[in-house]
Parts: sequence; structure tokens; C-alpha cells
Amino acid sequence: MKQKKIVSLGLSILLLALLAAGLLAVEGSGNNYMLRIVRLCAINIVLALSMNLINGFTGLFSLGQAGFMAIGAYTTALLTIPVAKKQMIFMIAPLIPPLDTLTLPFGVTLLIGGLIAAALAFLVGLPCLRLRGDYLAIATLGFSEIIRVLITNAQSLTNGAQGLKSIPGNATLWWCYGVAAVLLLLMGLLVSSSYGRALKAVREDEIAAEAMGISLFKHKMLAFMLSAFIAGVGGGLLAAYNGTIGPDMFRVTQTYNVLMIVVMGGMGSITGSVLAAFLVTVGQEWLRVLDGPMDLGFFQTSGIAGLRMVVFSGLLLVVILFFRNGLMGTREFSWSAILGRLKRPVGPGGRVTKP
Amino acid sequence: MRQKVLEISHATMQFGGLVAVNDLTMYIDTQEIVALIGPNGAGKTTAFNMVTGVYRPTSGFIFLNKRDITGMRPDQITRLGIARTFQNIRLFRALSVMDNVLIARHLRLKSSWPGAMLRLPFYRHEERLMREHAEELLKYMGLWEVRGEKAASLPYGMQRKLEMARALATEPVLLLLDEPAAGMNPAESDELTALIGDIRKTFKLTILLIEHHMDLVMDISDRIYVLDYGNLIAQGSPAEIQSNDVVIQAYLGVQEDDA
Repeated sequence: MKQKKIVSLGLSILLLALLAAGLLAVEGSGNNYMLRIVRLCAINIVLALSMNLINGFTGLFSLGQAGFMAIGAYTTALLTIPVAKKQMIFMIAPLIPPLDTLTLPFGVTLLIGGLIAAALAFLVGLPCLRLRGDYLAIATLGFSEIIRVLITNAQSLTNGAQGLKSIPGNATLWWCYGVAAVLLLLMGLLVSSSYGRALKAVREDEIAAEAMGISLFKHKMLAFMLSAFIAGVGGGLLAAYNGTIGPDMFRVTQTYNVLMIVVMGGMGSITGSVLAAFLVTVGQEWLRVLDGPMDLGFFQTSGIAGLRMVVFSGLLLVVILFFRNGLMGTREFSWSAILGRLKRPVGPGGRVTKP
Repeated sequence: MRQKVLEISHATMQFGGLVAVNDLTMYIDTQEIVALIGPNGAGKTTAFNMVTGVYRPTSGFIFLNKRDITGMRPDQITRLGIARTFQNIRLFRALSVMDNVLIARHLRLKSSWPGAMLRLPFYRHEERLMREHAEELLKYMGLWEVRGEKAASLPYGMQRKLEMARALATEPVLLLLDEPAAGMNPAESDELTALIGDIRKTFKLTILLIEHHMDLVMDISDRIYVLDYGNLIAQGSPAEIQSNDVVIQAYLGVQEDDA
């Protein structure tokens, strides 16, 4: 038992070391295209974590993610764009003080963005968390749209439909993976604690959870606010990654993109989210080949824009059809499971016997 | 002098035009086992739901150890010491047996969520106590061997036991059992009778149960209340209830004269 633990720990360290070496190699290669994709993977991990906490672990169908991301993104943008640039960007109406002369360190702005998103989640949660299932989804979806419309119209705060540009590119490889790693660790610790068990109980059966003395409202609110916090941080990273943001970035499609990762990885599996974030991010780029001109011998095209999304949707359908619970279900990745599979005795006829 | 643990005073539950429970008044003394019986649809589970806070009585009051708990939320009432099981088993199906019991200990946790997340020393201490308590309970219930299994994968009888273990884990003073013997054969039902008696002794508990298995009810109960169409039609010791004409009529129907 103890030996197994040491082996697992060793393998985990090895995997992390390989990952770090991979990141170093990507950074050293000077391949900017690859570097961008690899960074986006980490941002998507953060966003997927946020959505998994509320939808996967707590079982609340919330679709407000894009709204919380927008809050984080605009907070980070407004607090990091250099003062001189701000005057150039806000041409129609000047930026309101004190934001017009204020800049803060990147890490602090991420934190503030997350906190504002969480505070907003509290206000939204007060009425919405009393709703169940589809109703909660519709209410949070509406909230997300309200945020977008507000951003479009708050000219002197957000520069409206023109959006914000010249956001310093603070989201380096190490910032992205650093934030993702810290949030992964904290979230893993939270869901394996007594509070995590309580959230899962709410997901499994609200009536039974309440009869066991778990305050539904308190625990739903906790998950909702933490999820919004993480989404805010993720939105901040995204803003710094993109360099420009606008209200159109935070349409409902953005929420669905994240939802896709969570569903693919498995609702209620952290490692599933990580795996799916890599697969989806890299997959979407890799399939870009399909959009370009193709010559299959019997069939030639000069490039069909959007073909990759058709193929991608098909792949997603396959996942949903054959892995109904995503790649991982509610399980987590574990070495002992993999080692157990490798060591499984080979039965007669060379067939692997079922456990 | 015995003390009343639970007191229901003129409680009425109305759903639109339907009066599910009408002016129910009853009490349970410390460490008593009281049964609530009656034909299907008599309002027994509705009475349970009023006591546990699932429904707020249309009128009337409910007291736990002289404290008014009328209209409190279910989780608040559980915290004050009433635990229940469900007629149609409601376990956390995808979670392990151990987790099911640990979840029921969550309400006694004093650590805040950041403390729990960061595994501060006090939380680790609390978590260890939780696990010890859960281990004791699972061993007592004969579920220790299956602690790692998913709750949904347990055989029916064990699921019922797990529900009771989970209810006991909240450290109640009053345990409500909603048809604990439903779907059990006579041998299992006998075993359950012994278990309920033992639970009362071991945990010094007061127990209110709804049950249709009359053998079990008559064996185990100190007193019985009989509901019919939402009205309390009789109360008394098992012997008194067995010979009560009104009760017999409610269960078997009124014999009509031959025309």
C-alpha cells in the first residue's frame, strides 16, 4: 500500500517534470503560434474548472460563465492598460476617474477581477439559486446577456462596442500555467474536503442533503461564488492573452465552448477537465487544416471556411454518444488504476480478463 | 418524570382543498418508540414532512424539547436533532458508503471552507474525528466491509441500513423512520425489529416510525397513533389498538348488512 503510494507520487512528479520540460521547450523554440495554443490550453483549464465546480460538482446548471469572464476581463484590462494609451482608446467618452490614472500589477488585477465577479455572483445568486434545473440555466443565461449589453452601453467605463485594445500581454506561459496550477490544487483540495462532499451531496439529492443538515442555499452560494471567482480570473488571463477585448467576445457561445470542455472531460472530474481542455484547444487548431485547400485526389477544394467546426461537432457527437459521461465521468485520473490495468492477468487465449 | 421530546399541537396541513392532516395533536416521551400507522394516504408521511420541515403546517405548532420548530428549514431542524430516513430510499447513490455517512457529519463541522480547503490543523483534527465516528457507525451497522462501494451498488437491505446509519451520524435526539421494513421479508423484518430496539438503547434515542408491517409495529412500539383520512382516530398501547373497533374498521372497512 505504502509502496504503491510512493510509486504513484514518483510517476506524478515525473509527469509534472515532463510537462514543465515540454513548456520550457515550447518557450525556447520561439514558435509563437505553438506558444499561443499552449497558453490558451491553460486558460481553458481555468475556465473549465470554474464551470465544473458549479455544473459538475454541485449539479447546478448555470450558464452565466461568459458574464463572469467579461467582468474579469474588463477589470484586468482597465487596470493594466497604461495611462497614456487609455486616453487614446477612449475617444468618444473619457474614462471615468479614478480608473483613468490607475494601473495595478497584473496579479492584483486578476484577483480583483475574480473578487468583483464573485460579489456579482452573490447578488445574482440571491434570487437565482432558489431556482432549479432549467430555470436556473435560463436565469444565469439572461444575467450573462445583461452584462454584455451593459458593457456595450457603458461607454465611459468600457469604451462600449469599440472594445479595449493595447492590453499588455502579461499572460505569459508561466502566468497561465502558474494560475492554472494553483487553482487546480486549491480546487482539488476543496472538493476532497468535507465541503466538497457536501456539494456532491447537493448534486446527488437535494432533499436528502437538506435532511442531513446541509444548508442548500449556503452551499450552492459557496459553489456559485467560487465558480464566478475562477471565471473572473480566467477572463482576466484571456484579456491579457488576447490584447484586445470587446463585448462580442462574451456572447453565449463563449459559455458553450467552456461547457463543451467540461462535458467532454466529464462533469465532476478535475483531471477530466484538464485532459479535455488540452484536447479541445489543440484539436480545434489542428483541425484548421480542414478549412484550407485540400486535394484528396478524387476531390479538390479551394478551402471551405468552417469545415473544421463541422468535423469537430461530429467528433463531439461521438464523445456524447459513446462516452455519455465524458472521458472521465466523475472519476479522477489515478496511477493505481492505470497500473492495475497494466498488471491485469492475461486470461486463456491471450484475452485480458475483466476485473 | 419523563420529558416530551416531540410535541405536535393542533397541526393541520392543507394542500388547496385537500386536508392531508387535520388537527393532529400528539407527543413522544424520551426514549419512547412510537408508531404512526394508518391506511395508505392517511397523512402519515405528510405528518413526517411537517415535523422535518419539508412542509410548513397550515396551522398548529411543532415543538422539539419545548422549542418551537414550526416553519424552520429541514437543515435547521436536523441540526437541532431530528434525523429521518425516507420511504423511497434517498441515498447519495454515486458516492461511496463511507462518503454517505461522512456527509451526514458535515453539519457538525466547525471549520470554515478556507480552513478545510487549506487543510489547517483544526480541520484535519475534525476530519479525523469524523472518520472515527463514521467507522464506529458503519461497524455497528455491519457496513464496514462495504465502505468503499458505491451506495447504489448495495443490496436493498443494506441500503436501508445505510440510510439509518446516515441518519444516526447527524447525532439526533429523535429518529424518524419512514417505513423502514418496506419490501423486507419476515426474517429481515425480525432482524430490523431487533436493530431498532438496540439503536434506542445504544444511542439513547427517541424513535417515531411509520410502518405497515403490523408484527413489527406491535412488537416494538410503546404507543401507537392511528391516522385515517388525515384525522387521528385512535391512540394507545399496542394491545389497546389491536382491539379498537374504529381502527379495525379503518383498516378492514365497515361490514355492510346483507340486503
